[in-house]
Amino acid sequence: MHEMGIAMQIVEIATASIPADMQCARVQRVNLKVGKLSAIVADSLRFCFDLVVKETPLEGAELVIEELPVVVRCKACENQWTVTEPVFVCPVCKSGDIDILSGLELDITSIEIEDED
Amino acid sequence: MWFFANRIIKRYHRGHHGPHDHHHGGGHDVETKKSGTREIKVVRRVLDANDIMAGRMRAVFAEKGVFVLNMMSSPGSGKTTTLQKTLARIMPGLRCAVIVGDICTTVDADRLALSGAPVVQINTDEFGGDCHLAAHVVEKAVADLDLDNIDLLIVENIGNLVCPAEFDIGEDKRVVVLSVTEGEDKPAKYPLMFRECDATLLNKIDLLPYLDFDMDLARTSIANIHPGMPVFEISAKTEAGFDDWIAWLEAQVKEKLKG
Repeated sequence: MHEMGIAMQIVEIATASIPADMQCARVQRVNLKVGKLSAIVADSLRFCFDLVVKETPLEGAELVIEELPVVVRCKACENQWTVTEPVFVCPVCKSGDIDILSGLELDITSIEIEDED
Repeated sequence: MWFFANRIIKRYHRGHHGPHDHHHGGGHDVETKKSGTREIKVVRRVLDANDIMAGRMRAVFAEKGVFVLNMMSSPGSGKTTTLQKTLARIMPGLRCAVIVGDICTTVDADRLALSGAPVVQINTDEFGGDCHLAAHVVEKAVADLDLDNIDLLIVENIGNLVCPAEFDIGEDKRVVVLSVTEGEDKPAKYPLMFRECDATLLNKIDLLPYLDFDMDLARTSIANIHPGMPVFEISAKTEAGFDDWIAWLEAQVKEKLKG
């Protein structure tokens, strides 16, 4: 259960990203990209997020999580595929030498702020 | 049986830049999302703060010539006993120190201190972090060690197959201990712990006659997840299989320290 620590980091980074001229505006959304390989349980993260945003500029903000599939590429034969079970061996050439192209993400992509102008 | 549905591992960078690296900080692009809303681009890894600190620690360890091993496993896998027996074999040839992560007892630290190696016990009741060690916690623990007189620093992480894998602590190599009493299905359930580690210790093989543990299945599963990763079958109780494990560990340490 490290989602609480992750939620705290999200609040820290998002708060620091609010432009100086919008400090009083309401943050409506925090957009995240989470790879399917990251050790994050989305429901746990949302639960923790709702707790830690209290009395911060993010209070009431929605956490939007975009889940990314696990995509890998074989270094030997360039074959690229989506991993759906715990097998990281190339189905074409049986090489185990691969690059993980996506699936490890745990990124904040953007925040959305109410514009009062 | 889609295993990623629950949880698993992490990205972490050992000083190389992967495809997901983003620039840090900088200005924010502001664009109008829709009427009444402005979207501010952020594009930062949530664990940036940890990864940056881990990178700093890695540089310190490199400068001081210290090899760092991050040991991870479930609770009760035999990490501490494995570590005790390992220290007895590699000291004093290698000057060792240990950082022990434990939620609320000093039992492990007390056991390991008998080896004669300096042991630092980490208190993990901060940062919501009683499930893993993070870089800033390790940094504090390292302050109590004389790195000039240490070749090998072993970090015994918190017993947990999920969260510790998410946090880079500046280590050189990662080892996962899996005891045969836990069942051969664990690699498939926590594949990225096994993907991210550099070696697996299959511990408690002295109990195999009493269990239905399928060694072939376990090895196949690990090989599917992390092809080519060394797997050492050991018994921390009898020290069966220790020769190969110790040889591997010593080779890893010497490889770094000769640089």
